[in-house]
Amino acid sequence: MSSTATPAPTALSRWLLMLAVAVLLWISIYSHLVEFADWLISLLGLQRSTPFGEAVHFFFYDTPKVLLLLTGIVFVMGVVQTFFAPERTRALLSGRRQGVGNVLAALLGIVTPFCSCSAVPLFIGFLSAGVPLGVTFSFLISAPMVNEVALALLFGLFGWQVAALYLGLGLLVAIVSGLVIGHLKMENHLEDWVQQIQRGEAGWAGDTVDDWPARFAAGWHHVREIVSKVWPYILAGIALGAGIHGYVPEDFMASFMGRDVWWAVPAAVLLGVPMYTNAAGIIPIVEALIGKGAALGTVLAFMMSVIALSAPEMIILRKALKPTLIATFAGVVATGILLVGYVFNLVL
Amino acid sequence: MKTIKVLGTGCANCRNTIKLIEEVAAEKGVAIELSKVEDLPEIMKYGVMSTPGVVVDGKVVHAGGVPDKVRIAGWL
Repeated sequence: MSSTATPAPTALSRWLLMLAVAVLLWISIYSHLVEFADWLISLLGLQRSTPFGEAVHFFFYDTPKVLLLLTGIVFVMGVVQTFFAPERTRALLSGRRQGVGNVLAALLGIVTPFCSCSAVPLFIGFLSAGVPLGVTFSFLISAPMVNEVALALLFGLFGWQVAALYLGLGLLVAIVSGLVIGHLKMENHLEDWVQQIQRGEAGWAGDTVDDWPARFAAGWHHVREIVSKVWPYILAGIALGAGIHGYVPEDFMASFMGRDVWWAVPAAVLLGVPMYTNAAGIIPIVEALIGKGAALGTVLAFMMSVIALSAPEMIILRKALKPTLIATFAGVVATGILLVGYVFNLVL
Repeated sequence: MKTIKVLGTGCANCRNTIKLIEEVAAEKGVAIELSKVEDLPEIMKYGVMSTPGVVVDGKVVHAGGVPDKVRIAGWL
């Protein structure tokens, strides 16, 4: 992000004015979503009592709702991320002990900008600055799993309780998995060239964004980048979810994804590994499945597995980690997700 | 002549960065020697933690995300 814009007070007041208008507009649209869907249905001459009418209503209620929430949350995260460049996060974590370090790493994973394509440079950058291996893993697990897109969609489709639960459990899996990996002392299972990298070779201090107009611009940039990337997945997901919602009979999923089916959670985790999609496409489908009797724990385990244990990311990590460490990483995280699924099904 | 290296493991953002730099250089009529660094150990030597990174004449000037045109013009 560039900080070339001059921090003139006029730029700031222009941003604040635009934000105020945007927030008002956002709230007024968000509070009239049901009316909008109802109005559209009657305009098309459809009835909610028919499967097709119900599917169309679902689509036109959920789509604007999810897109609004996504835009809002992604903007806020884009602004927050300007405070946490990877270099800053690394400095905060360097030299931390196991325990406190893992908790901090998992939390920073939420707010530090992360792309799985730079997972390896980040991983090595952390290690070379003296961040312990287990702490680095806590970050690496939390960053993709607990992301703003997943949280925005869960919030929009299931309510804040489920979003908060996902946040808490995602952090827990990241913290505990990192602690376990740290205790296994697997530093010698890093590839040789990684072990040889000298400590303190860091040469790049990072881009600095330090005035508010630039932070707001970064937030807006983040919205454009994320929303333009995920909206087709969201539309496809909601359309498919709408179809399930309108046509699949009630309790259809209960027989094989219900809470009484003991093998459903491990099956969901295994199924999730080869799948690589972002949270945007999967969550609307998940919502529709739950409406048809699938258990929340099973479905959350599936989601976490799809997002946190992806085959492409492991192939990237293989460049820096030896197979034993990759297998340990996958095994520990999968076990954590499994437990989350079972606990959820038991409690709810 | 400036030597510019784009650090990255071949993701979409890295390709976009290269394309943008070529465009800006062509617009300004500046001669550059542009190359890609895809080897991870090589990338890590520059101490960059998020890709794509940009190195101008041996110095890291950018890391993480596609740089905008104004900044690229500033490097040339």
